[in-house]
Amino acid sequence: MGQRETFRRVLHYIKKYWLYLTASIVMASVTVALTLYFPILTGRVIDLVLGAGQVDFPGVFAILKQMAVIAAATGLAQWIMNVCNNKMTYRIVQDIRDEAFRRIEILPLKYIDAHSYGEVVSRVIADVDQFADGLLMGFTQFFTGVITILGTLGFMLSVNVAVTGVVVLVTPLSFFVAGFIAKKTFTMFHLQSETRGEQTALIEEMVGNQKVVQAFSHEDEALEQFDEINGRLQDCSLRAIFFSSLTNPSTRFVNNLVYAGVAVVGAVYAVHGGISVGQLSCFLSYANQYTKPFNEISGVVTELQNALACAARIFALIEEEPQTPEPENVRTLTDVEGRVELSHVDFSYVPDKKLITDLNLTVKPGQRVAIVGPTGCGKTTVINLLMRFYDVDSGKICVDGADIREVTRRSLRENYGMVLQETWLKAGTIRDNIVMGRPDATEEEVIAAAKASHAHSFIKRLSKGYDTVIGEDGGSLSQGQKQLLCITRVMLCLPPMLILDEATSSIDTRTEIRIQKAFATMMQGRTSFIVAHRLSTIREADVILVMKDGNIIEQGNHETLLKKKGFYAGLYESQFAV
Amino acid sequence: MKKLLIYLKDYKKETVFAPLFKMLEATFELFVPLVMAAIIDRGIGQADTGYVLKMGVILVALGLIGLLCSITAQYFAAKAAVGFSTGLKHALFDHIQSLSFTEIDTLGTSTLITRMTSDVNQVQNGVNMVLRLFLRSPFIVFGAMIMAFTIDAKAAMIFVVTIPLLAVVVFGIMALTMPMYKKVQAGLDAVLSATRENLTGARVIRAFHKEEEEIDRFEEKNGFLTHLQLVVGRISALTNPVTYIIINAATILLLYTGAVRVDNGSITQGEVVALVNYMSQILVELIKLANLIITITKALACANRIEVVFEVESSMAWGTAAARVEAAAEGKELTKVGNATAGGGMASGTDALAGQDSTDRMNPAVGGKVVDGDGVTTGSGAGAGLAVEFDHVHLTYGGAGAESLSDIHIRVPKGQTVGIIGGTGSGKSSLVNMIPRFYDATVGTVRVDGRDVKTYGMEELREKIGIVLQKAVLFRGTIRDNLLWGNGSATDEELWEALRLAQARDFVETKEGCLDAPVAQEGRNLSGGQRQRLTIARALVAKPEILILDDSASALDYATDAALRRALRELPGETTVFIVSQRASSIQHADQIIVLEDGEMAGCGTHEELLADCEVYQEIYYSQFEQKNAVQT
Repeated sequence: MGQRETFRRVLHYIKKYWLYLTASIVMASVTVALTLYFPILTGRVIDLVLGAGQVDFPGVFAILKQMAVIAAATGLAQWIMNVCNNKMTYRIVQDIRDEAFRRIEILPLKYIDAHSYGEVVSRVIADVDQFADGLLMGFTQFFTGVITILGTLGFMLSVNVAVTGVVVLVTPLSFFVAGFIAKKTFTMFHLQSETRGEQTALIEEMVGNQKVVQAFSHEDEALEQFDEINGRLQDCSLRAIFFSSLTNPSTRFVNNLVYAGVAVVGAVYAVHGGISVGQLSCFLSYANQYTKPFNEISGVVTELQNALACAARIFALIEEEPQTPEPENVRTLTDVEGRVELSHVDFSYVPDKKLITDLNLTVKPGQRVAIVGPTGCGKTTVINLLMRFYDVDSGKICVDGADIREVTRRSLRENYGMVLQETWLKAGTIRDNIVMGRPDATEEEVIAAAKASHAHSFIKRLSKGYDTVIGEDGGSLSQGQKQLLCITRVMLCLPPMLILDEATSSIDTRTEIRIQKAFATMMQGRTSFIVAHRLSTIREADVILVMKDGNIIEQGNHETLLKKKGFYAGLYESQFAV
Repeated sequence: MKKLLIYLKDYKKETVFAPLFKMLEATFELFVPLVMAAIIDRGIGQADTGYVLKMGVILVALGLIGLLCSITAQYFAAKAAVGFSTGLKHALFDHIQSLSFTEIDTLGTSTLITRMTSDVNQVQNGVNMVLRLFLRSPFIVFGAMIMAFTIDAKAAMIFVVTIPLLAVVVFGIMALTMPMYKKVQAGLDAVLSATRENLTGARVIRAFHKEEEEIDRFEEKNGFLTHLQLVVGRISALTNPVTYIIINAATILLLYTGAVRVDNGSITQGEVVALVNYMSQILVELIKLANLIITITKALACANRIEVVFEVESSMAWGTAAARVEAAAEGKELTKVGNATAGGGMASGTDALAGQDSTDRMNPAVGGKVVDGDGVTTGSGAGAGLAVEFDHVHLTYGGAGAESLSDIHIRVPKGQTVGIIGGTGSGKSSLVNMIPRFYDATVGTVRVDGRDVKTYGMEELREKIGIVLQKAVLFRGTIRDNLLWGNGSATDEELWEALRLAQARDFVETKEGCLDAPVAQEGRNLSGGQRQRLTIARALVAKPEILILDDSASALDYATDAALRRALRELPGETTVFIVSQRASSIQHADQIIVLEDGEMAGCGTHEELLADCEVYQEIYYSQFEQKNAVQT
């Protein structure tokens, strides 16, 4: 997305709030104009206060009254501008976040699997914030900065050209000084952040694995290593911080030069009657403030660019291709028997890396299918396809004769009960998590399901039982307990078809046996697909799919496969090689 | 914050000079309006161009001196701040390393890492800013007021009223909004975790078709966040306009008073200009001060969090040298007695009955070993002394309600191999973690070589013990670097020997550079099984008297696991080995098997004994081996 295109999109979001935008711009202009006018009035008053007995009191009063009105008006305008900016900024942020979240909910899993969660989250949170701060605040700063500069120039020129010349000529110096320092310090900052990264890595390693460090009495060595990096960091931090902190004094010095210049040139003009003392004082207050918008604008440009980059990242997420929309004549699956057919299915995650080719399988209602094979052979891929988390590249998958692409995703998934090995729980109470599939379940049903999956006994022992709040992703629960909750979740709705990814290590063997028993009752009369690790599960399956490198290389039941003395037989024997 | 300030003590000079030079700079800045008044009154008033030029030079000189002072101040401030954070980080790192496992568990490692990195940086930033600005801004504000008094006391009274008024407005609004910003942060956190949750749980959310509901939930949170932001925004939007109005109202008053005072001849026109200038200097500094306060509040919050870490003291006192000698003597005495039961009773103060009881319990284990007749283990239990003894040990983790281990009573003669088995959460790891004293017994005593572990010095105890933790962790560096953790002076032969025993020799040999092959952070460039074997080798390099494998073979296939166990039998006779596992096959040949269930000992004995009369063991064993029987039949 080019910068212009990004900008066009930004305008699209702002459009809704054009009223606020207009108000903000008008109020900004008013604020700037009045702020600049104030010193002029001050100057006029001073000119009326010449010396003892030479004060024009009626004139002074008239101007002071004007000044009071102007000060009040400026304050009001500033406040309205601030409020408008806030409203506009926060509402736009809200709109963008809502839209981004909606998109996340319909993105294909392909996208979610391929991107790190942290990256997507940082787009929705940090990038949006940065965009709002940078673009909208930057915009107002830029705008008021430019008006201030132009306004000041106009006012100054109208009073005296020569003194204006001094201001205009000397001010850019502060630009150069600031730029020069920034350039010089860049390498120092770079070195600092590199060293800091090195230190953070060491801290993560040593503090994160403090138990190992202590077990080996390695504390002294670790501290020594830490001190070495710490010492280097001290050196380069000092340099980076010191040199970068020169910017402020230096620009202030340039500002003082401007001030001195205006004072001398202005005073010389005043001696010759070119300008009045009041006008000179007005000039001085301009000179004091003139460098400020310049410094701000130079910062704003980088900030704007940064903001646009952030915006581009957010829009890339929002405009990401969503999953295939459901066709118009879409059906809902009802009264599913559980007949599943896969015919000539091809699938791959990466276009040029074939994974599943020409997979054929017919599963009769109530049959039990075990999927076995070494790690990474594509077992979970089959689940991804059955649940339609991914679409097949060619061929088709049918449930009860209906192509799953022609029925609603909702009705398809409703008919599957899924327990994955990577447990996922949402933040909320234990009950919230269990009733996910059936929010209207009664307390008795919930407890019955928990009993059936052997989760009841540990839930009961939690401080608040079923109302215990668990943090994001299960919080303090053990892996095994989380797994049990996930099983309970499915136990409660018991759809006609099941997909079970057998736990390998997180649950101890005795609990597992109980779960197996629960699974067995659950599977009664239901079509089930099991990514199986336990031999008992495999032996009881009606069909065993032996997968290797994405292909089904053998298919049959336990006895026939053993007799074949093929890959499966080898796998089976190896389990017992001691 | 107060406690952290001691890390500034090496930088006393800098800490004093930085603000001092800043104040010097400010002083020169305060002279500028006076010079200007002189230019107006004398230069312009008397048409003295030479005087104007002279004053111009003075203005430039003031600026230059100000620049020099300011640069000096910046240097001292940076030096003090960086030195401060360097010292602080060193102390923090040292302190964290002194904490026992209990404290590390309570604090959490991710918290500790944030404290050491971003929190320390914030504090460093705060110190730097305070040294630079915190004195300067008030100095200018009050300096301007004092200068105003030198010009005209009556006009200066306006300053006396304005300054507190401004302070009330600026700090009042800040005090009002600060807690609200905390709420905004909490709102943002809620939006963040909702987003994250929907990414990690995408499959489940879609499987249960919860998308619409999740969108509603998100929009509610997001809307609430916006609401909070708008409310707090409305208040903080007042700061600028209100201060602007106050300052300008003061200016108007100043001009009026000035006019009156000039009219009666008390002050000059130039002095009025100077007064107005002082007023505008105050405005600029006040805005800076408000920003500074925000930085300081942040830094203070971070400092408090760091302080909390410092306040956590290790709950473990290690034996002092004197106590150690005494205990060692006592230990020797006990060994002389040669009665394996005596030690427990005396040191822990339990009565003779308890000691008697423990003898009874011990019997089956010793007997079992004889029955086993494996021949691998050394000596008869009584003569060789006990390597490890648990004397009615209970363990409750800090903050936990229930006991994790209850009444554990074990005696392990030197040279034995002990298997520990049980379900998830049955307390296997807790039990072995108590041997190197990672955790202290709540009740009861753990003894190593007949001595209470509490009487050992930390290194003294841990040098005896090699423990391989459940999570196989390696450190960035080379394979050699990692192995040398066990013993810094080990030779290459010793390293290879350890690798051979740990079944890691083969794969290390195929690595480019062999022992010098690089290891990424956490050992990410190695497979789980390789990592586990290297951590075992690391422990073996130390040639420990007691070797503990805490479920450290879980990623190994059955064949490698078996080979590893065979190799461990080659260890010198006195080496006592603890193997924690969920696999019955890994521990079935041990001299003594301890079966744990819910933190209690459900059985203790040899494989055959347990299979005969321990229900829990039978259940575990048959859950893993019924298939095998089925195949055989």
